[in-house]
Amino acid sequence: MFRKAANQLLNLVAFLSISLAIGGMGWILGTVLCNGSNVLSWDFITASSKPYGEPGAGVGNALLGTIIMTTGATLLAVPPALVGGIYLAEFGKHSKPADALRFCANAMMGVPSILVGLFVYALLVIPSGNFSGLAGTVALAIIMLPVIMRTTEDMLLMVPNAMRESALALGMSRMRTTLCIVARCARNGLATGVLLSLARVSGETAPLLFTALFADSWPVNFFTGPTASTPVLITEYTTNSPFESMHAMGWGAALLMTIFILTINITTRCIFHENRH
Amino acid sequence: MQQTDTIFRIICQIGAFLPLLLVAGILSQLCVHSTDAWEHFGLSFLWGSNWDPSVEDYGALPHVLGTLLTTFLSLFLAIPLSFAVALLITESPEWLNRPLSHCVDLLAAIPSVIYGMWGLFVLVPIMQEYVQPLLTDMFGLIPLPGTAWIWGEDGGGFGFLTAGIILALMVLPYMCAVMRDVFRMTPPMLRESAYGLGCTRMEVTRDVVMRYGIRGILGGIFIGMGRALGETMAVLFVIGNVMDLPSGLFSCGTTIAATLANNFAEATGLQQSALFALGLVLLLMSFSIQLLTRYYLHRVEVVRGETY
Repeated sequence: MFRKAANQLLNLVAFLSISLAIGGMGWILGTVLCNGSNVLSWDFITASSKPYGEPGAGVGNALLGTIIMTTGATLLAVPPALVGGIYLAEFGKHSKPADALRFCANAMMGVPSILVGLFVYALLVIPSGNFSGLAGTVALAIIMLPVIMRTTEDMLLMVPNAMRESALALGMSRMRTTLCIVARCARNGLATGVLLSLARVSGETAPLLFTALFADSWPVNFFTGPTASTPVLITEYTTNSPFESMHAMGWGAALLMTIFILTINITTRCIFHENRH
Repeated sequence: MQQTDTIFRIICQIGAFLPLLLVAGILSQLCVHSTDAWEHFGLSFLWGSNWDPSVEDYGALPHVLGTLLTTFLSLFLAIPLSFAVALLITESPEWLNRPLSHCVDLLAAIPSVIYGMWGLFVLVPIMQEYVQPLLTDMFGLIPLPGTAWIWGEDGGGFGFLTAGIILALMVLPYMCAVMRDVFRMTPPMLRESAYGLGCTRMEVTRDVVMRYGIRGILGGIFIGMGRALGETMAVLFVIGNVMDLPSGLFSCGTTIAATLANNFAEATGLQQSALFALGLVLLLMSFSIQLLTRYYLHRVEVVRGETY
């Protein structure tokens, strides 16, 4: 009797927890959708943000800034991350130095993102004397690098060894085996890793707070001046502003960002899932 | 051909060395830029409880305690939740299992600013209106000394408990993913034989799955801890940003990350150096969790004879 009751209790608790988790997510997404959909319009997406009170304000510059910074970070981070992952998976499976490097990559993944912001501030902003979109790009790239490296390694390790052996037996060099055979087998996984980390990075705020900062202008001086980005715009509009209309614009930007990130997430997961079967 | 292979290997090696460089770079930059603060305050910076730019007196204690308090609160809430969710996901039939785990994964994809906004505009009023009075009333009925002390000053919805709840929701998917993988690794034979002996699901979980996967469960907890420790935006929105020692669960406070986000952009001189020192403390906390996890997992592997 008691055992059955305890078991039922466990089932109930499990059910409650999952409804709490998924309900929480639904609640958050629902709030964003309700509050954000009011302000969405073509002008909102294309116009530049303006100081409070000026008519015709939008979030276009922040969206463009985010797109530029995320793309730049991807271009910066992906090549070294891929070759690093190849090294960890193909050349250093059980060696001591590779273990140490793997530990470093894990440690980098665990470093709070705001500290990456501090690091880039000390590295780029202090010497150059100004906040810039470039500094923000570098910060995002630093966050992306270890994530892509570790997923690359995991994905390459999933390729069966027989593939490598048969390619080598055909007389291929190690380089061609890795690039043409192993990486090709794992390309879905690699693409998923890159896209998911891109999605994650496009919503990062903390590392941009004191690298890219914020500006009410289009990102014309990307290399020398503060550059707007969507997450920082949301932070500015909701925490530092008492005005309802600013809050509403924050919600609108949040809706756009959420749609973008969830679309990438869901489509990559679906595509990867279909190809695997 | 031999030559291209060597070159390829070297290029790959350079790529793999980048994280090492980054770790060394972050550590050294934070050390270099925080030297002023360490010289000025010495180690007493760690237990100083003031933060006053007008008299240039800075101490880390409120920030460190706030960080630890939010982290442990969120873990306290998230551990049972993620355990139950992971259990339900592994035990449920195939058609339900996949959408559920995708949903939980999507929870991790939502950016932290969105959690912060939701916390600020939805959760804070709810905490203020309903949850905090309810909790105070409920525990007020128990005639125990010190219950008032648990809650502390009322921050009007802002405060550690609110931050802990949001953080719990944020770290849940990470912990859940690890636990789910561990539960899946339990050999089906073991589970089925336990069921065959007449065990209920609870007993199978407690005596077979948990024994088998305790390592992964703790690994998941450590991962959640690392996440909660450094989370900035979601906490920043709801913690209240008051630089006092935490006085209770309902009181406003601050964490290291929130202090950095709030004050760094306009700080100069000694304050900036003190903020770098705070960053260094946070980095060391994060690294020590990593090392602890690594050491623990290694020891378990050795004990079980799984090392190569």
